[in-house]
This record gives sequence, structure tokens and C-alpha cells, in this order.
Amino acid sequence: MALGPTGRRDEPVESVTDYRRRLEDITLEPVITTSRGYWFLIAGLLAIIAWGIYAWTIQLNDGLVVTGMRDRISWGLYISVFVFFIGISHAGTLISAILRVTNAGWRAPITRIAEFITVVALICGASMIVVDMGRPDRLLNVLVHGRWQSPILWDVIAISTYLTASLVYLYLPMVPDLALFRDRLTGRVGGWRTRLYEILAIGWRDLPEQRRPLLRAIGILMILIIPIAVSVHTVVSWIFGMTLRVGWNSTIFGLLFVAGAIFSGIATLVIIMAVLRKVYHLEEYLTEKHFVNLGYLLAAFTLIMMYINASEYLTKGFKLEEGEEFLFQQLFLGQFAGLYWFYFIGGLLIPGMLILIKRTRTIAGVVTAAVLVDLAMFSERYFIVISGMRVPLMPYEPFDYTPTLVEWSIFAAGVAFFVLLIALFVKVFPIMAVWEVVEERERTGDIVDDLVAGATPGAAFDRGDDRYRSREPPDRGPS
Amino acid sequence: MDVWLVLLSVVILLVVAMATVLRRIRNPDLTGEGAITDDSTTKNGRRTFLRFIAIAAASAVPTVFLPAAMRSQSHTVRAQEDPARGPGGRIRQWTMIIDLRRCDGCQSQGTPPRCTTACIEGHLVPEPMEWIQVFEQELPGGGTQFLPAPCLQCQNPPCVNVCPVGATFSTPEGIVLIDQDRCIGCRICMAACPYDRRFFNWADPPIPPEALLADYSPDHQIPATKGTVMKCDMCPDLARAGTLPYCAQACPNNAIYYGDLEEDIATNGVDMVPVSRFLSENHAYQLKEHLGTKPRVYHVPGHGEAVGRDVFHEGRMETEWPWVRRVEGTNPWSR
Repeated sequence: MALGPTGRRDEPVESVTDYRRRLEDITLEPVITTSRGYWFLIAGLLAIIAWGIYAWTIQLNDGLVVTGMRDRISWGLYISVFVFFIGISHAGTLISAILRVTNAGWRAPITRIAEFITVVALICGASMIVVDMGRPDRLLNVLVHGRWQSPILWDVIAISTYLTASLVYLYLPMVPDLALFRDRLTGRVGGWRTRLYEILAIGWRDLPEQRRPLLRAIGILMILIIPIAVSVHTVVSWIFGMTLRVGWNSTIFGLLFVAGAIFSGIATLVIIMAVLRKVYHLEEYLTEKHFVNLGYLLAAFTLIMMYINASEYLTKGFKLEEGEEFLFQQLFLGQFAGLYWFYFIGGLLIPGMLILIKRTRTIAGVVTAAVLVDLAMFSERYFIVISGMRVPLMPYEPFDYTPTLVEWSIFAAGVAFFVLLIALFVKVFPIMAVWEVVEERERTGDIVDDLVAGATPGAAFDRGDDRYRSREPPDRGPS
Repeated sequence: MDVWLVLLSVVILLVVAMATVLRRIRNPDLTGEGAITDDSTTKNGRRTFLRFIAIAAASAVPTVFLPAAMRSQSHTVRAQEDPARGPGGRIRQWTMIIDLRRCDGCQSQGTPPRCTTACIEGHLVPEPMEWIQVFEQELPGGGTQFLPAPCLQCQNPPCVNVCPVGATFSTPEGIVLIDQDRCIGCRICMAACPYDRRFFNWADPPIPPEALLADYSPDHQIPATKGTVMKCDMCPDLARAGTLPYCAQACPNNAIYYGDLEEDIATNGVDMVPVSRFLSENHAYQLKEHLGTKPRVYHVPGHGEAVGRDVFHEGRMETEWPWVRRVEGTNPWSR
């Protein structure tokens, strides 16, 4: 019985081949088998999206009059949802780029999911802007007549650059896994998917000459994508920060939005990880360690968010310039107080505590914290947009904004679209970066070379041993 | 500079970069025969790099012509024909001075503010927009003052600064206009305006038959278009024709002066005043001066005392949109 190279474990060490086969099977599972529940989910999501599209046609026909927005609060739910979606798109950047750069090995099984959230969230966020436009038919004016001086143009450029880079960054590390799918799925799935894998795998044979350019490209991209991601949410905040409105006229807005984006991005990642783990039995790969590590990141960000909040509201509240009093009144005591205090207590204090207290630092605890954080960050986006809009600029009574059914319907469709794209993704593409996970396990010495393990490669499979699917390593005989 | 150019270049650069990587993955032999020596990698690297630059440069060529091609199909911004010129050929710099000492909110008339009504009738302003709106503001010693507020025609206009498509722009005459044929309805200008002087066509605006006869121009903004922003335009077309704006013409107390900063003269239809002296002597101010927006509209402090207003008397009537009633089947939205 072989021990790991470090000799620190008593348990037998699995061979690379066996480990790899088992991991591949787990990854292939969602693509091969589809449960009835999945189709119900897809049908439900499509129904919500259809309803949202119907609501949008009403809005296109009648104009934005069908929303709750009017001249005095001219941005509402749509813009809040846009900011929220762009926020959660930061899941991918942080997890895959920053953790890759810092060589945090535990990231390997979660990078793929994170990168995909980025792409999907960006698509959903950008579509919210189109929904909010008074003249979506003139969308191309932004390109034809674009002015560099406008924060909206900075957004267009930053978001499209980020989307392109994220797509490339999603695709490149997926190439070896697509080759795996090509090799193992041909004949087992429908014709178009075989063709798709064939094309996307671009003749990957795992040769050293292929690995080198791939790894180098990933290396360049992971560095490149961090400043792009930071710039994206900074310029999103500047849509607000570049105006003279009380509540938005702040130099800290870029930081507040970027921190909030990463914060809600991690939370979204935790939630989606938890769902996939449950549905596709990924318990071995998405372990408590992953949730706890992401939980620590969440806890750190609750502190950062609290610090930025204190910095923002104390410096303004202390001086109480014109209009600030009104803003503070409605934010802390008035009509946004419920949202604000839910955000502060339910979204910062409680999640922080859940993670810092050892008893609740479990998967369930971290997932609870993540759900709270996402809800809180959504309400934060909402009250930042609406409360800033509501401060009267001239001597008039403040206007009250309530989203209408049309707005809620389109919002629901946006969320459904987000879930739908993720659900479709897991049916077609590998949800885990198999090669990265294997490499990482090899590096940590949890699995060893076939010869060291003393096993015939794939022996467990040849015997039809079903234990390769359990957590128990297969029996290898004396070494 | 064109957005197309940079956007496409970024995308093309990324795609070319990816294509280079993919090519090398697909044909591993490209990277050299067998064992790769340091020497051959450098050579190869240089060749790849040069090819990369060449492809990027070649692909940038169409992006130069594309915007021009697209632009030829769309009209350019409707700039004013010829700016009005004063003596000495200098371009007029339109200004408005609102003398609050003379404004009683049309209490004495028993009508809604006449300036607002005249503007609504003259520009066919859709309900419920009030391009010049008469606010009622508390006075430090009790009572209120009426504050007519048109668009302030800022010289550092926050709305123009944020517009993504140049649909709102400053003219050589120093006023801010909107091209409703270009506006995409993103409403960032409304978020940016610190005076709440911009209005949106939330639904199909009512269009009276006479509006269809008007040749659309940002100078008068007729007819209105759904999903676009509108605001006071300071009536540059009337000024060029030698007439006062609708609001100044209609004011029964002659509280609104309109004139040219270059020639240093303004009139309320009755008196002519030298602008600079009038502003100084009467301690004129601009709304929210501290914001640095540099409005072209000045206010002279007061509360209707010049026309004998009873500050404790309430009597201002609600604004009306008389012309809207002439159009059948209109359904105005709430303010």
C-alpha cells in the first residue's frame, strides 16, 4: 500500500488514472443523463421569460409610461438590476483570476462555474440597459455617434471588453476538457454536440507543444482580466458618481461598487456551487473547505463594505450639506430604512457572524450567509439608485417610485434568463476543469503516479468495480 | 475619434490573439521541429509577433471606413444654421434675467402662470411637462416667493457632459439644445441635471395637426417624439427673428428679460437694460451657483414686492395644457 510522497497520511493513495477516470465520469454525468426535474425547470424558466418578453412588448408599444418611473425618479428597478448583474459578474474574475494569480490551489474545481457566471451575468446586465432605454431602436447610435466623454460610453467599452475577455477566458481553459468530451462522448450524445466538441476542442491532444501556448495564454489573460474587471464596476459606479446628485456625488463610489460587486459575486458563486453540488453529487470536489474559504472571503468583504459605508456616510452626515439631511432621513429612518437596515444587519453583520462563529461555519451556514448577502446587495443597489433620485432638486414635494408589474415581470425574466443559461451550460459543457483538478491533486500529493501507486491503470474500471464512484479509493493490492 | 474604431480594435486584437493561440494548439508542429532550442523559439516568437501586428493592422483598416459609411446614412447633429451675430460680427450670447421682484406667480391675474402657459402653447409642450416652471419657495422671514425656472442654459452643462450620443449639445450662442432625432432615451442627462429641468416623453406625446406642419428642429422641438428627452430651449429661433421668447412675451409684469451678453443689452419688452450693470446693481444670482454649472439664466432676488404681491395670499392656479384638449384621444401621464 503506497503512501503519499509526504507520508503524512495513513490512507492509501489513489493513482492518477483512477482518480481521473472517476472525475471524468462525474463531470460527464450531467451531460449524459437528464432528469425529468431538469425539463420542468427549463419549462418553468421559459414560461417566466415568455411572460417577461410579453411585458416588454407592452412597454415597447406604450412607452416607459407603463413603469413606475417619471421625470423626478427617472431611473428605477431596471438600472438597479443592471448594477446588480454587473456586480455578480465579478465572481469569475476574483475566483479564477485572482486565485490563479496567487496560486491558490483549492480554486481548481470552482473556476469553471465562476467564469461562466461572469459571462452570463454580463449578458443579463447589458440586456437590462436595453430594456431601460426609451429608444432601444436607436441602440446603434451609441456606436455611430458615441461620445468619449460620456460615462455611458465608458460602460459600453468596459463591459464589451470584459465580455469578450471573459468569453476567451472561459473558453481557453476549457479546451482540454472539451477534448475529453470529444473523446468520451462521441456516439453517446446527439450529433450536433459531437460536432460541437470536435470543433471547440481544436485538435487538442494534450501534447507539450499544445500545452505551452495554452498555459501562456491563460497566464496573460488572468493578469489582463483583473484590471478590466475592476474598471468595469468602477465605470458603472461613475454613471452615478459623475452627476451632481446628493447621495451619488461621491469619490468613493468606484470603490464601493467594486467591493460590493466582488462581495455579491462570491455570494452568487457559493449559491450556484451549492445547487450544483447537490444536484450533480459533486460532494467530493466541492468540499466544505471550498465553502469555508469562500466564506472567509465573504467575511472579509463584509468588513470592507462596513468600512466604506462608514467612510461615506460619516463624512457626509457630519457636514450635512444641502439635501444630505433629506437623504439621511429617508435612508435611515424613512421609506428606505427597511432596505438599508436589512442590508446593514442582514447583509453585513449577520453573514459576517455566521462565518466567524465556528459553530455556524459550515456549508449550510456559508450558503445562508451567501443568500443573505445577495438579497442585501440587491437592496443596496436599489436604495442607492432610488434614494439618490428621490432627493428633491427644486422646491417640490418628493416623488414616490414603486416598480410596476411590468418592471417586476421583466426583472423576473432577467433572473430566469440567468438561471436558464447556467442550466443549459451544465448540459453541454464540463462544469469542472478536469485537468486543473487532477493537476492540483497531483501537486498536493493526494494522488500519485500510476507506477508509484502500483496499480494497473484503470484496473478498478476493468474489474467493473463500482467503488470508483465512492469516496473510498479502489483496492490496489500489495505494492 | 470613433467608438467603432476602438471597440473593434479591442475585439479584433483579442480574437487575433486567441486565433494565434488556437492555431498553435491545432498545429503543434508550428512551434518548431522536435526539440525546441532557445534560438528557434525567439525567432518563432518574433515571427508570430510580426504576423500578429500585421493582421491587427490590416484588420483595423475597415474600421476606419466603417464609421464614415455608417455616418453617411444617418444625419449629422442638427446644428443651428447660422448663429445670430450682433454688431461687430460677434456671435450673440443669449441670456435671460428673471426679476423675482416682479413675479407674483400670476396671482394678480387669476390665471396659471402666464409664462408657463405661453411656453406650453408656443412649443406644444406635452402634458405634464413645464419647461418653465414656477416654483414656490419659502422665504427666511416667512411667506413665500415665486421662482420661475426655465432650463438654466449652463455653460458647464452636466447634461451635455454625460450624453453618450451628443444628442444634447451647446450651441455657439451658448444655449443647450436636444436633438430628439438622435436621443436614445437613456435619461442620464435627467440624472445629471441638478435643477430637474429635463422631461421625458414617457408615452406617445399628443400631436396636434399643426405640429405635423412644423419642420422639426432642436430650436423648437416640434413635434415631440416618444422615448426622448425635452426641455426649455430659450427660443433661439424666435430670438434670431427678433422676437422675445414666449415666456417673456407673456409675462404680465414684464419680469423676464432676454438679451445678448456680447452686446450687453437685454429687454423685457418694455425697458432696455445694460445687462452687466443691471446684474450688478440688483445683486443678481444664479441658481445653485456653488455647483459650478455657470448658468446663463440669472435671477434678481425678490418676492413680487415690485408688483405689490401679498406674500401671504395663496392664489396661484394649477398649470394647464390648453392645446392638449384640442387633440383627441390623448392620455397624459402623471408628473
